[in-house]
Amino acid sequence: MKTKSRRLGKNTKNDLITYGIVIAAFVVAEVMQATGSMSSLLRGLLVPLCMYSILAVSLNLTVGVLGELSLGHAGFMCIGAYASSIFSVCTRETITEVWIRFPLAILVGGIFAAIFGFLIGIPVLRLKGDYLAIVTLAFGEIIKNILGSVYVGYDANGVYVSLESESSLAMGADGTLLINGPLGLSDVPLDANFIIATVLLLLTLFVVLNFMNSRSGRAVMSIRDNRIAAESVGINITKYKLIAFTLSAFFAGIAGVLYSHNLGYLAAKSSNFGYNQSIMILVFVVLGGIGKMRGSVIAACILTALPELLRELNDYRMLIYAIALIIMMIATASPKANAFWEAHSLKKFISAKKENKPAKEVQ
Amino acid sequence: MALLEATNLSISFGGLKAVDNFNIKIEKGQLYGLIGPNGAGKTTIFNLLTGVYKPTEGQATLDGTVITGKKTIDINKAGVARTFQNIRLFKQMSVLDNVKVGLHNHYKYSTIEGILKLPSYFKKEKEMDEKAMSLLKVFDLDGEADYLSSNLPYGKQRKLEIARALATNPKLLLLDEPAAGMNPHETAELMDTIRFVRDEFDMTILLIEHDMRLVAGICEELTVLNFGQVLCQGETSQVLNNPQVITAYLGE
Repeated sequence: MKTKSRRLGKNTKNDLITYGIVIAAFVVAEVMQATGSMSSLLRGLLVPLCMYSILAVSLNLTVGVLGELSLGHAGFMCIGAYASSIFSVCTRETITEVWIRFPLAILVGGIFAAIFGFLIGIPVLRLKGDYLAIVTLAFGEIIKNILGSVYVGYDANGVYVSLESESSLAMGADGTLLINGPLGLSDVPLDANFIIATVLLLLTLFVVLNFMNSRSGRAVMSIRDNRIAAESVGINITKYKLIAFTLSAFFAGIAGVLYSHNLGYLAAKSSNFGYNQSIMILVFVVLGGIGKMRGSVIAACILTALPELLRELNDYRMLIYAIALIIMMIATASPKANAFWEAHSLKKFISAKKENKPAKEVQ
Repeated sequence: MALLEATNLSISFGGLKAVDNFNIKIEKGQLYGLIGPNGAGKTTIFNLLTGVYKPTEGQATLDGTVITGKKTIDINKAGVARTFQNIRLFKQMSVLDNVKVGLHNHYKYSTIEGILKLPSYFKKEKEMDEKAMSLLKVFDLDGEADYLSSNLPYGKQRKLEIARALATNPKLLLLDEPAAGMNPHETAELMDTIRFVRDEFDMTILLIEHDMRLVAGICEELTVLNFGQVLCQGETSQVLNNPQVITAYLGE
């Protein structure tokens, strides 16, 4: 079976290139940091870059692999951020070792987001296309608005939850306020760093890429391509849709963990967990190429870093950003550009060289 | 006992009786044809047999177990596979992957095993690849295994659909106009392939077709449908010479 081993090899090779790019970028960033040639602005961007890459890859699992348009991805990120931050704040005294506490926080954030992804997925995935997009958008907003206005505190008698004000919690004298309504959590431990963020990005890519190459991934893609045919060959539509959606929410939750543990505080606002954020992530996915994980990472990095790096240009910043968006769109999606990349690809360049060599020897 | 037996199968959409009192008996290993003018209800019968529609009356049994009323995937697991009139391939997936989706329920490993690439993943994937390639070879598609399925020429797409249906290891194969859009040469080739599939896989095949050469050439028995009702049923040569059938097709 020569064809088969070749094909399996091609997938693995492609995946390895993706991991390689991430690791290479990590090494370059580390060297720049060590030699002091990195500006503080860029240093502050390192963890967000990984975070947005994870978000883009996880949304691409829903949009590109499952083929359903979800506009509520920031909502899952919000759940992950809150669940993990509450966990970290509560266990700060009991688990002093960061290397134990933070992985646990990541798991808590991811699992909570996955649970919500599963529960929301059950009704939402019955819908299709535009309807699904609108309902996920609504769910994202609901999550953000609830978490952005809830007051949670605890004392010796138990946990108190209120949507009105801190005083309405009516805690005892020993009560501690956990979530202060719109002000959120103010003292989240700064556990996230660039190394962990990169490891998480690699982990996300590993899981998503392997999933795509597996039996379950094929089932999900078959649903995307033709639901009726998938059903006719015995694919359980609901099950595989839910698996993909839940997995997608899980990694969005992990990105949320990075978000809050990098900033040190957490408050759900329109600017960080609103629909603008969801659409931003969708822009990464679309510009990076739907269904292409490597493209998602690259697009997320460029489009996150660009506005920050152009900050000096003040008024022209968003103008240049818009032009960059259009150029990226043309470069990745237009047929002419695709033909250009094909003609000038590295592979072709190498094979052309190989062909030229014997000709030269003859001369 | 017949492999497929439908009794009084009926369905109506609103006031329209799309299929009325449909009866059929197909023995194991038979090549059975279902013909009739456009709109006669042929594809509706396929949809009834595969659980896309639920019949308003009557039932169908496969090997003695009732299949009507079950879900599509359960009917597939029970042993009915089909192709579609308007080809429904997984267009953005490779030819090989299309067949491997068909093998989904026969080579199992869990999602976790797939994500972690445990040894069982490699073992099952290898078995799946081998099985899929051997199926593709039957249809002379093994050279195109890595192609995107949408890039195949029309005739090969039809063959791939049959290969994918066979991958689910069915007892009964339903082919919906397998020769549609094929030239006479391709049709002749397809006839050989269908015969080969029947002999090689010991398959029972029910097919819908408008190409009378194909029907006359390979089907052993025919049912003619007109306006949702059975017009005539029996051996191919007799049915095709029946004056009623000729009238339904060609007019008075």
